[in-house]
Amino acid sequence: MTYRVIGIVAFLILAPFLGGLLSGIDRKISARMQGRIGPSIFQPFYDVQKLLSKQFIVVNYAQIFLVVSFLATIIVTGMMFFGGSDILLCFFLLSTGATFLIFAACITNSPYSNIGASRELFQMLCYEPAVLLACIGFYLATGSFNVSDIIQADLPAIIKTPGFFVAFVFILTIKLRKSPFDLSASHHPHQELVKGITTDMGARTLALYEIAEWYEHVFLMGFVGLFFIWKNPWSYLLAVVAVLATYFLEILIDNTSARVKWHTMFKLAWGVTILVAGVNLIILMVMA
Amino acid sequence: MGNVKRSPWLLHYDGSSCNGCDIEVLACLTPVYDAERFGIINTGDPMQADIFLITGGINKSNQEVVRQLYEQMPRPKVVVAVGVCACTGGVFKECYNIIGGADTTIPVDIYVPGCAARPQAIIDGIVKAIDLWQEKANNPEYVHAMYESHEEKEEKEEKEGNK
Ligand code: SF4
Repeated sequence: MTYRVIGIVAFLILAPFLGGLLSGIDRKISARMQGRIGPSIFQPFYDVQKLLSKQFIVVNYAQIFLVVSFLATIIVTGMMFFGGSDILLCFFLLSTGATFLIFAACITNSPYSNIGASRELFQMLCYEPAVLLACIGFYLATGSFNVSDIIQADLPAIIKTPGFFVAFVFILTIKLRKSPFDLSASHHPHQELVKGITTDMGARTLALYEIAEWYEHVFLMGFVGLFFIWKNPWSYLLAVVAVLATYFLEILIDNTSARVKWHTMFKLAWGVTILVAGVNLIILMVMA
Repeated sequence: MGNVKRSPWLLHYDGSSCNGCDIEVLACLTPVYDAERFGIINTGDPMQADIFLITGGINKSNQEVVRQLYEQMPRPKVVVAVGVCACTGGVFKECYNIIGGADTTIPVDIYVPGCAARPQAIIDGIVKAIDLWQEKANNPEYVHAMYESHEEKEEKEEKEGNK
């Protein structure tokens, strides 16, 4: 019980720092990969601090409600996950949060933000199967959907679920809004969508959105780490290494690939999911 | 209002320029000059921008656009006119469709001369703009006021009264 409370409180307080730092390191490494010096790794914090101090402007008051709901659902998702509860439930809540964001984007009149919203919906369609299969993979490997049981397993889940892991890392590129799949929020602000989903957010609303993203990234990275954790306390160290390696891989993919069209994203995401995670699923079912 | 200096986001708008200055603005973001190391982001969204970088003069069809972009930016904001075209109208000054420099339409804070303005000069201008921006940010009355100036207040009230 105390562990659960510690997990929840730690997530609530530490996640924004970790998430912001992660995105700062991301920008730094990206800059170095492009032969630039790049901003300080604390840049995301400076950005949010500045955004919060700007004049308050808003296109549609309902948008604030929706963005705050987005932030709240993401925080609750992460609290449930780090509190050791059901992973399926976590991802259902996460999808609810994503829906709030989509509403926040289509509620305004800007065509950029509307296109961003419809692309975001499509992205959800592409990544949800892999996410659900990953949860099922955990169940088949450890016999439970609960994080608190999964971390007490005799063997790390990755041994039985490498296929699910590969599929999840693949769709993580979509979830983290990285090139080649950054369709909805064209990652670099000067592309055709002017950041799509966040175009019509005023400075202060954008700050809330950024903080929500930090929480979400920490939650997703926690899920990646879950693949590597078993009874052994040292496995937490292994999980941290795995998380950092995965994040570095995502940055590398981001910097070495050009954006694809939605057809390609759909075919690739579902193709990889069905092939890798599907085969893994069949093997696990046959073995059981 | 805290230290905002470390995260200036630019909005770049191309008025009726010859594109020379725009290419120099983009050159600031390349590895040679790397403006991002100061936290600068070249955003395309006025609602999130801090510094309005305008190149080229104002003509009759883009005047409204420039005015609208300026009004959509949340305070504190700073306007930088890059290149002689944006400062005064430059080589296009006498053209039938040109109204003049950016200051004919919106209040300009910093002028960066040159044809085309060199990246060094542009970065210099931005650095000056950042100081001014911080100064403006230190004045909460200005940041959170409902109206830009007394004239604007009267104008808006008049408009609303007419509705
Ligand atoms: S100042 Fe010179 S280079 Fe710049 S837009 Fe005008 S004509 Fe072109």
